[in-house]
Amino acid sequence: MSYHVNEKGYYGNFGGAYIPEMLYPNIKELNEVYLEMIADPKFKEEYMGLLKDYVGRPSPLYLAERLSEKYGTTIYLKREDLNHTGAHKINNTVGQILLAERLGKKRIIAETGAGQHGVATATVCALKGLECIVYMGEVDIERQAPNVARMKMMGATVIPALSGSRTLKDATNEALRDWINNPADTHYIIGSVVGPHPYPDMVARFQSIISEETKWQLKEKTGKSNPDYVLACVGGGSNAMGMFYHFLDDDDVKLIAVEAAGKGVETGESAATTLLGKEGVLHGSRSIVMQTEDGQVVEPYSISAGLDYPGIGPQHAHLYASKRAEYVSITDDEAMQAGLQLAKLEGIIPAIESAHAFAYLDKMKFEGNETVVVCLSGRGDKDLDTYMKYFGL
Amino acid sequence: MNRIKNVFEQKKSSVLSIFFTAGYPDLNSTVDIAEALEKAGADFLEIGIPYSDPLADGPVIQNSSQKAIENGMTVKVLFEQLKDLRKRVSIPVLLMGYVNPVLQYGVERFCSSCVEVGVDGLIVPDLPMYEYEEMYRSCFESKGLSNIFLITPHTSDERIRKIDELSNGFIYLLSSSSTTGKNLAVSAGTEDYFGRIKNMKLRNPTMIGFGISDNKSFSKASEYANGAIVGSAFVRLLDSEDYMDKIPGFIQSLKNGQ
Repeated sequence: MSYHVNEKGYYGNFGGAYIPEMLYPNIKELNEVYLEMIADPKFKEEYMGLLKDYVGRPSPLYLAERLSEKYGTTIYLKREDLNHTGAHKINNTVGQILLAERLGKKRIIAETGAGQHGVATATVCALKGLECIVYMGEVDIERQAPNVARMKMMGATVIPALSGSRTLKDATNEALRDWINNPADTHYIIGSVVGPHPYPDMVARFQSIISEETKWQLKEKTGKSNPDYVLACVGGGSNAMGMFYHFLDDDDVKLIAVEAAGKGVETGESAATTLLGKEGVLHGSRSIVMQTEDGQVVEPYSISAGLDYPGIGPQHAHLYASKRAEYVSITDDEAMQAGLQLAKLEGIIPAIESAHAFAYLDKMKFEGNETVVVCLSGRGDKDLDTYMKYFGL
Repeated sequence: MNRIKNVFEQKKSSVLSIFFTAGYPDLNSTVDIAEALEKAGADFLEIGIPYSDPLADGPVIQNSSQKAIENGMTVKVLFEQLKDLRKRVSIPVLLMGYVNPVLQYGVERFCSSCVEVGVDGLIVPDLPMYEYEEMYRSCFESKGLSNIFLITPHTSDERIRKIDELSNGFIYLLSSSSTTGKNLAVSAGTEDYFGRIKNMKLRNPTMIGFGISDNKSFSKASEYANGAIVGSAFVRLLDSEDYMDKIPGFIQSLKNGQ
């Protein structure tokens, strides 16, 4: 079975480009050029050069000894938290800004939840001297104040999304509306593997550097390039897709995607999309979406501002439906405890998003000494306020 | 004869279509408003199915959708309400909505319900053309439902020809590439675009929408197309308590400027 996009933009039943006609020319333009541009040696050279000297790649693959000891197995952390701007998001924005530049776009828009994608977009816009507008839900602006300040310092305009739940879903709607109203000079840097084709594929390709590096780093350290398990958290799913990408066709590697159960999947305050959602269309692609029987999108909830998205990328929906990856969920409380545990055992404070992936280690049963790679998608600086309130620090 | 075709046979220009959101301002206001619009002189109607994430809409219609959902409007409720539509309304009625609520209701079932209540066609702005062709076209055509596609100033001639070939009713010309609710600014560029489409001599009639709010913009649009569609300006009128009394005056002012 193929786990990659077909020529029409679908992954099995999922994907496509469900967009109003106003966006058709933009999507068509991207579709016509993105593969060619990414394959162009000059593009590759510039992209890899920036990843190395500006982002600080390769990010380390770190053997977490005390964590390994606790779970009686061998656990490596893919340290995306050590990237410039503090998360994996920068891998994608560096790639897309180079595309935007080649397309002659002068104005960049983006949506952001936790703010990491907004910061990464503001960063590359500053780097390239392009105008940057970031849409962010009003609620997220309040809970992610340091990231809002970072974006502003780098010259971005942060516009609050005031509709709906005033979080990531609504910021995405506002960004798409902006793009509809400014089709000619604007490029929309989508921050996850969501949106109309070719975004899910394009973002996955830019994030696939995570698994590409993991393979050779693991080989260097263990002599084997494939681990037994790969774990990553999933909101829209960009770090997970990057972490899974080069293992998709390696059946010996078990892929585990961890969603946010929020206060519990039964409570109505959750973002566990595969458990609570069903097939539908959101933000331009057919995927799995949390929605009412009538097709109205349900407001998700998670303590993590990066995971409260009511859908997942269409490639994830395909991996879920085909059972190539296992989709599980972790509550707010479990994630917070796992974040604290990683801080105490390894001296690393993870983003609350990533803490969800770590929390799942508690639920796994290892047979002898197996090798596990967890994607540490971002650092917890942006979440300190939430950690402080939760633990009364 | 198909009601849409009938309108364009009887009236070659200045056809007026009004858009409003089902279930707004009140859950049960939909058919009353439709009837009042016909009496006031609207030539056909577009009833919007409210959706939580309406990408192509500006704040006015977006807000009406949100309120309509809060009022309890659903696709199922709407079809219930429209059961008596044809006892009270004779002009063509289109449903306009996003693809997800249609998918959840079921495409086949949706088409059948449209036919049962006397709906003449659909406008689904985020339904990809190739999906329509491959999956929905036969269902629509076998039931005699029109599917209305949109064209923007950036749509290529080649794509417009394809849309003309697939359409059976009329083609919806967007006055600009934008969300709803912006005023029509007729610049040289807009005139070129309208003129370009007019010169293509399409087989389907055309209606201009987005930004039509008064007699001036309606008349201008009618110079280039068979008529125009008014949405946000009418939805705004529904905000006032005595909107039913205001409907005749609103339609007259659009048509006559008085």
